[in-house]
Amino acid sequence: MREGVAYTGIPSAEELAACPGVPSAERMAKGRVAVIECVQEIPCNPCENACHFGAIEIGEQITNLPVLHEEKCTGCGLCVANCPGLAITVIDKTYSDTEAVIEFPFEYLPLPAVGDTVDAVSRGGEVLCKGTVTSVRKIKAYAGTAVVGIAVPKEYADDVRSMKRLKRG
Amino acid sequence: MREIITDVAIVGAGSAGLSAAYQAASAGADVLVIDENARPGGQLFKQIHKFFGSKEHQAGTRGFVIGEQLLDKVEKSGAKVLLDSLVYGLLPDKSMGVISKGQNYSVKAKKIIIASGAKENYMAFPGSTLPGVMGAGAAQTMINVNRVLPGERILMVGSGNVGLIVSYQLMQAGAEVVGIVEGAPKIGGYGVHAGKIRRAGVPIYVGHTVERVFGKEEVEGAQIVAVDDKWNKIPGTEKTFDVDTVCLAVGLNPMTELVWMAGCQFDFIPSFGGHVPLHDENMETTVEGVYVAGDVTGVEEASSAMEEGNMAGVAAAEALGYLEHEEAERRKQEIRGRLNTLRSGMFGAGRRSAKEKQLEDMKSYLAAHKRTAAEQKEEVFFA
Ligand SMILES: Cc1cc2nc3c(=O)[nH]c(=O)nc-3n(C[C@H](O)[C@H](O)[C@H](O)COP(=O)(O)OP(=O)(O)OC[C@H]3O[C@@H](n4cnc5c(N)ncnc54)[C@H](O)[C@@H]3O)c2cc1C
Ligand code: SF4
Ligand code: SF4
Repeated sequence: MREGVAYTGIPSAEELAACPGVPSAERMAKGRVAVIECVQEIPCNPCENACHFGAIEIGEQITNLPVLHEEKCTGCGLCVANCPGLAITVIDKTYSDTEAVIEFPFEYLPLPAVGDTVDAVSRGGEVLCKGTVTSVRKIKAYAGTAVVGIAVPKEYADDVRSMKRLKRG
Repeated sequence: MREIITDVAIVGAGSAGLSAAYQAASAGADVLVIDENARPGGQLFKQIHKFFGSKEHQAGTRGFVIGEQLLDKVEKSGAKVLLDSLVYGLLPDKSMGVISKGQNYSVKAKKIIIASGAKENYMAFPGSTLPGVMGAGAAQTMINVNRVLPGERILMVGSGNVGLIVSYQLMQAGAEVVGIVEGAPKIGGYGVHAGKIRRAGVPIYVGHTVERVFGKEEVEGAQIVAVDDKWNKIPGTEKTFDVDTVCLAVGLNPMTELVWMAGCQFDFIPSFGGHVPLHDENMETTVEGVYVAGDVTGVEEASSAMEEGNMAGVAAAEALGYLEHEEAERRKQEIRGRLNTLRSGMFGAGRRSAKEKQLEDMKSYLAAHKRTAAEQKEEVFFA
């Protein structure tokens, strides 16, 4: 099977490496930062407007890829819920000595609760490891999208992007 | 038969029709919008996801919220919206037959804007008539408008944005989507929409088609098979799924019946869904005073439908003398700018060149024939 987002729906390692929205390893090591995995030129720019710190730039031509100015990003997370493509996560690799936190948009009910243990999944929906829910935010500015944070072992930080849906009660 | 006389009559209260109504009515025209549904908004009220587009097009806002905002503007503009009313005929003299709550009306308008949208394509395969095989749009109406789940285990056919978005919404509504089947070697819709599906663990089978759907009284399962680049089935690659519902998201085609009836000339543009009416920069067709806007002019998306509606509304108001030429030109310039931005990038460029061809073909048509004024038609009729 051919690799790449157009064939599988999952950006390939090369596509991610070339993506201007993905921060450098040095920036990642410094703590909370937005990771924008948006690799196709689509007519879309809410992320640029969502960021109050000028850390995301698309420009006049709205099909340009979003560029992350990593030094300006505070990791506030506002862009995460504002991306209709659900392509942005905030990652904190400094959470603890052994764990990193991934904050991702989540639009399924029921929502998990802080402290719950959940299945952490990859870009392809594969369960990689367990995660502990560190935050569940659902505020008006998010317009119905919840942002869930989970702590996972550090070695999975580059691969975990969401959690498995919970069974309905 | 009762008669209604108005400056501008608009068929369809979707993104395009409502935008046209707002523009024409706020310029001062007497506007009547007619829609067959009980609620205005067309496709918009089914769209619970956050829209794409730019900030001016309320990107990041959920579709139904955009619909509510648009309706509010239309109400304030003074345009009238007639619901539960079907336009069943349109004559070149711009009179329409309308059936509204069991009553027959003749609506006469100086300008008509047809914004009737598009309908879903169907696909035939063994078992395709079994209950449980349905359009993805129908499934979307069931979950988001009527709040019933069409099934528990679903196979989606088609990976364009409609197939991807409806799959996601079916999962949000509590169903399980077992997979998405796509005949082409590539996913048709945006990668970010496909990404949501993949994170939820749903496979996307590119280069596959539905072989058959089976079941006694209703869908009990489906079989898919890989195809080569000439769409020949590859024996031995069959996969079977235990599903109770198969959704078809295999494209849309413009609802052009009224446009044909009005006597407008057509173009054939496959990427727009087939036969589409010729129109000029003002959205006016080859029949003077008959305008088109939105998916009926070629299937695109809600943002461009709204802009085409804005364009038709401004042009009709100008033609009726409600807007000075300079003011109308200024507004049209802005709308054209926004339309150009929408029709760009890897997914939009094809739509831009299709639209350019449609406009070019209109120019050649006009050069060869004069636009059929309604009066000329009448002369022919009564000669
Ligand atoms: C699943 C799905 C997801 C989508 N997601 C997006 C998105 O994220 N972003 C985006 O920009 N676009 C999206 N779209 C596309 C968008 O909804 C359409 O392009 C847009 O609604 C077209 O607007 P319209 O006004 O041309 O037609 P419509 O909204 O279809 O409105 C036409 C109206 O006319 C009525 N009508 C037709 N004929 C008659 C008649 N003879 N008499 C009376 N009434 C009549 C119809 O009933 C309908 O209400 C999506 C579409 C679908 C199906
Ligand atoms: S996390 Fe906050 S600061 Fe960083 S890009 Fe997103 S909105 Fe801007
Ligand atoms: S809002 Fe999301 S999908 Fe849209 S351009 Fe930004 S990152 Fe990409």
